[in-house]
Amino acid sequence: MTTIAPPATTALPGTLRLGLARGRVELAQFFRQKEHVAFTFALPAFLMVLLGSIFKGVYEGTGITASQVLAAGMVGAGIISTSFNSMGIGVVADRESGALKRLRGTPIPAAAYFIGKVVQVAVASLAEAVLMLVVAITMFGLELPSGAENWLTFAWVFVLGTFACALLGIALSAIARSVNAATAVMNLVFIGLQFISGVFVTPITALPKVMVDIASFFPVKWICQGFRSVFLPAEMSGYEMAGSWELGTVALVLGAWCVAGLALCALTFRWTNRER
Amino acid sequence: MTAVKVRGLRKEYAGHVAVGGIDLDIDHGEVLALLGPNGAGKTTTTEILEGHRGRTAGEARVLGEDPGTAGRAWRAKLGIVLQSSDDVGSLTVTETVRHFAGYYPDPRDPGEVIELVGLTGKAGAKVRDLSGGQRRRLDVALGIIGRPELVFLDEPTTGFDPEARRRFWALIGSLAGEGTTILLTTHYLDEAEALADRVAVIAGGVLVAEGTPATLGGRAGAEATVRWTDARGPRAVRTTTPARLVRELSTDGELTDLTITRPSLEDVYLGLIGENR
Repeated sequence: MTTIAPPATTALPGTLRLGLARGRVELAQFFRQKEHVAFTFALPAFLMVLLGSIFKGVYEGTGITASQVLAAGMVGAGIISTSFNSMGIGVVADRESGALKRLRGTPIPAAAYFIGKVVQVAVASLAEAVLMLVVAITMFGLELPSGAENWLTFAWVFVLGTFACALLGIALSAIARSVNAATAVMNLVFIGLQFISGVFVTPITALPKVMVDIASFFPVKWICQGFRSVFLPAEMSGYEMAGSWELGTVALVLGAWCVAGLALCALTFRWTNRER
Repeated sequence: MTAVKVRGLRKEYAGHVAVGGIDLDIDHGEVLALLGPNGAGKTTTTEILEGHRGRTAGEARVLGEDPGTAGRAWRAKLGIVLQSSDDVGSLTVTETVRHFAGYYPDPRDPGEVIELVGLTGKAGAKVRDLSGGQRRRLDVALGIIGRPELVFLDEPTTGFDPEARRRFWALIGSLAGEGTTILLTTHYLDEAEALADRVAVIAGGVLVAEGTPATLGGRAGAEATVRWTDARGPRAVRTTTPARLVRELSTDGELTDLTITRPSLEDVYLGLIGENR
């Protein structure tokens, strides 16, 4: 009797498995690039230390200092740096270095590349949030909330905010042809939005209304507002534009940006800089 | 069945024809060298076949599929070594090769591939610390890790020193010996002569000649030049029967500085692209 050998297995590795493998490699590359870590990782904490030491004063009847309001909002600025900036510049760098073109010539699906990027951004952003909180607690006496409800808010603001910003970073990467251009574009957008979103200037009500109206179209204001609701007592909501934390609007705006970001990515993503 | 079949391939950009109608076949297990000056359309042609670029017109079948629409299973059968790249700098050689092995259904052993390209001594080194030639050998390692049926090599030895090129040629020779089909683009005529079963010359976006390295452009039948030195000084005669001439000359005794030369591949090549510029 003859036995027939089974056909050689030719199953391609699954997208999720490849995505997680990409994530490991992306993380190793991210944390081994010292300049990159210093710029996207340490800069927000450095700014928090400087600005928090400049702005003095206590909000009457609350015991909350101007530094604490700044620090709570800047946790958001930190994760935007490690998601929006880091993703946008990272994708452009992958295109410029030929990494994307090399991947395009292998059987890896595009989705696995992005899963890898999202894993890297999620881990870096979580580490960034921890770093920002450690600085805020040790330097400015910010207190961690004890309520589970606050941490739930922290979790969803973090997830929606990071994801929306990462997607917008990818979308914006389509317009930059070099890492230098990307760094300039990303930082211009990021710094501009921080100013008009009441991150550096607190409370946000001190800003001209038209500025905040413009900022309200973008995620930065809502992410920082969400984090202020987590780390500041309820009476501080009176210093927001609407006089409340508006958590429903925060969820709505960030969710909408996630959807819009996905659509923009699908429309604008390019593997290479060359004309196809 | 042919590995690559191309008919009437055209690629046009706004106001510029990069590839102007190419017919080309590559058999399974064959090594084909695509020669041509910069801007002749070599890279455009290869990138269309690799699925990196679309085409304006014409037919292209690579391993039985249309490269413009083929999917992951098709890519798993290709090995692509692009022109210079600058990625994965902070990973080590072993990390990089292992990682890429994971993309394929039936990869080679990463350690064996590193050995094959001669990087075992650098296995633990960061990719950014490799020399240009070592980096290129890593590119080749990543190109062959998936056990490809067809390998594209785009100017693989640019910037190599002579010893590294010889080692590289041996590596490609062993791949070809295993039956891998190879499409090689190069500037170096000696490289094409050493590696290729067949040579195709492309100039101005069209194929101007095709043949084995020995017969390209009528090289085998061309007149040979016999040179020697005798009492009257250096002599040179062009003839189609050099062996007979040497036999007649050597009846008078030893000949000093005797050489017989056919036009080199380079002479033929320069003639071909000169006519078609």
